[in-house]
Amino acid sequence: MSRPLLKPLLVLALASLIAMLLSVGTGSVSVAPGQVLAVLLGDGSNLQQTLVLELRLPRTLSAFATGGLLAVAGALMQVLLRNPLADPYVLGLSGGAAVGALLAMLAGLGGLIVSGSAFAGAMLATLMVFGLAHGTGSWTPSRLLLTGVVVAAGWGAVITLMLAISPAQRLPGMLYWLMGDVSYARSPWPALVLLFLVCLLVLPLGRSLNVLARGPMQAAALGVAVRPLEWTIYILASLLTATAVTMAGSIGFVGLVVPHMLRLVLGNDQRLILPACALAGGTLLVLADTLARVVIAPEQLPVGVITALLGVPTFLYLLYRSR
Amino acid sequence: MNPLQAHELVIDIPGRSDGQPLNFTVEPGQVWGVLGPNGAGKTTLVHTLAGLLAPRHGTVRLGDQPLNGLRRRSISRQLGLVFQDRQDGFPATVLETALIGRHPWLSPWQMESGKDEHLARQALEKLDVGHLSHRLVNTLSGGERQRVAIATVMTQAPDTWLLDEPTNHLDLHHQVSVLELLTDQARDGRSVFMCLHDLNLAARWCDHLLLLYPNGDACWGPAERMLVPSALERLYGQKLITVEADGAPVFVPVKS
Repeated sequence: MSRPLLKPLLVLALASLIAMLLSVGTGSVSVAPGQVLAVLLGDGSNLQQTLVLELRLPRTLSAFATGGLLAVAGALMQVLLRNPLADPYVLGLSGGAAVGALLAMLAGLGGLIVSGSAFAGAMLATLMVFGLAHGTGSWTPSRLLLTGVVVAAGWGAVITLMLAISPAQRLPGMLYWLMGDVSYARSPWPALVLLFLVCLLVLPLGRSLNVLARGPMQAAALGVAVRPLEWTIYILASLLTATAVTMAGSIGFVGLVVPHMLRLVLGNDQRLILPACALAGGTLLVLADTLARVVIAPEQLPVGVITALLGVPTFLYLLYRSR
Repeated sequence: MNPLQAHELVIDIPGRSDGQPLNFTVEPGQVWGVLGPNGAGKTTLVHTLAGLLAPRHGTVRLGDQPLNGLRRRSISRQLGLVFQDRQDGFPATVLETALIGRHPWLSPWQMESGKDEHLARQALEKLDVGHLSHRLVNTLSGGERQRVAIATVMTQAPDTWLLDEPTNHLDLHHQVSVLELLTDQARDGRSVFMCLHDLNLAARWCDHLLLLYPNGDACWGPAERMLVPSALERLYGQKLITVEADGAPVFVPVKS
């Protein structure tokens, strides 16, 4: 990889390490960054060992993985639709996942079944949006985006309906899931591995994605096999979203705001933007989750509220300033 | 190089009968012009020849290989296409835009090298947009963007150039310099096939012409045989006066 790509990635990697140290050290009992490092290397008291290795580190890693997955998924969708507004949330993938998860909760099921059901919901939403947008003609980005928005609105109605008819004692859990909450996360490793693999995969695909961003005809004229590439991106983005949503519920704005901000600063080379999204998205969610834990401690806020509260004004400001 | 060949080709324009199947070969060194009124299918023909649209009947061949049996990557190493309109969803600089012309020549893991950048800069200089290389494409004028698009294909360095209205948006001087550049390419053993709106530019710079009628009829051949006033009048539905200037015919529309 050449130098101009490496430098911003190193800076972002450093930022995410600092964010993670901060996150692991912050909470009801604070642990200084030096001690966190010591614990990670096998030192420290028993209490610190439990606190860091069993309680905080998995949660921090889950937050990082979720944020990274969502940001990369958003960036991929934006290239696919050549529209900076595309994101898993807007396209109804998160809505499908939410309906799946709430159905399982409504049936009184918990744990793994909620996750599995959310995953199935996200994949179903994917198939629906692409199947319907394909229709009898061809995929056009605007048709895909419109289909996604309408399907998302449909999921929203179903979610409201389910909330309205569900018994009162189930409501808090459901609402927390809808707002996104990393404390639901189980092992962070599958998601982290997926994130890493996808970043490796998009490096060789990166230049083709750059060309695809100029439009499918132009891309085909420059030797890109457009249809297979589009399918690859869509399946990848759906898989990433489904994994993220399954881990932490539906968290909005990461997929929209992170790629957009990075494009404003780093330009639009996907070989840089996609790995940068993984790092910056992860960092953002780690920080947001840390905030969510401490703002009204000992109570916790759902992290989706924090990302929305931070994301909306940032996005509007950038948009306002850019023209 | 592999010459581009249309064999019994009928382009697919919805709601139009087949008309005259096209049979021609664009040999190295030739400059072809396609003339026809709006909606005659010029763009469809160029896209079909590039393999971006499927023909209704017949085949397009590069050398002895049918286009649809070749990989897109190997087609794009031999065939470059300048589109009539461009969409840019995300902002990109002029240099980045020219550099995507190297895409078919680089393996997936390769980054653009200094040599690729050199080729891109050279092409931008040739089209008189070298001084704009760090500007964002969406801030350029129509004519500048058109020249950047031509520079992108120049960076791609194909044997066969397909161009859809390459002189669109260009001022008179740049129209001439682009056509000179294309005829230079042909003189170096490449071939050029382009749609043109301007009959007189075509008469001046093309050695072969293809007249495309709205009903699907077509005729083609060496330029001097095609530039028959009565045929051209029928093509455009417009009376013409022919005068001679600088050894070439010039067609002037009759005022009604």
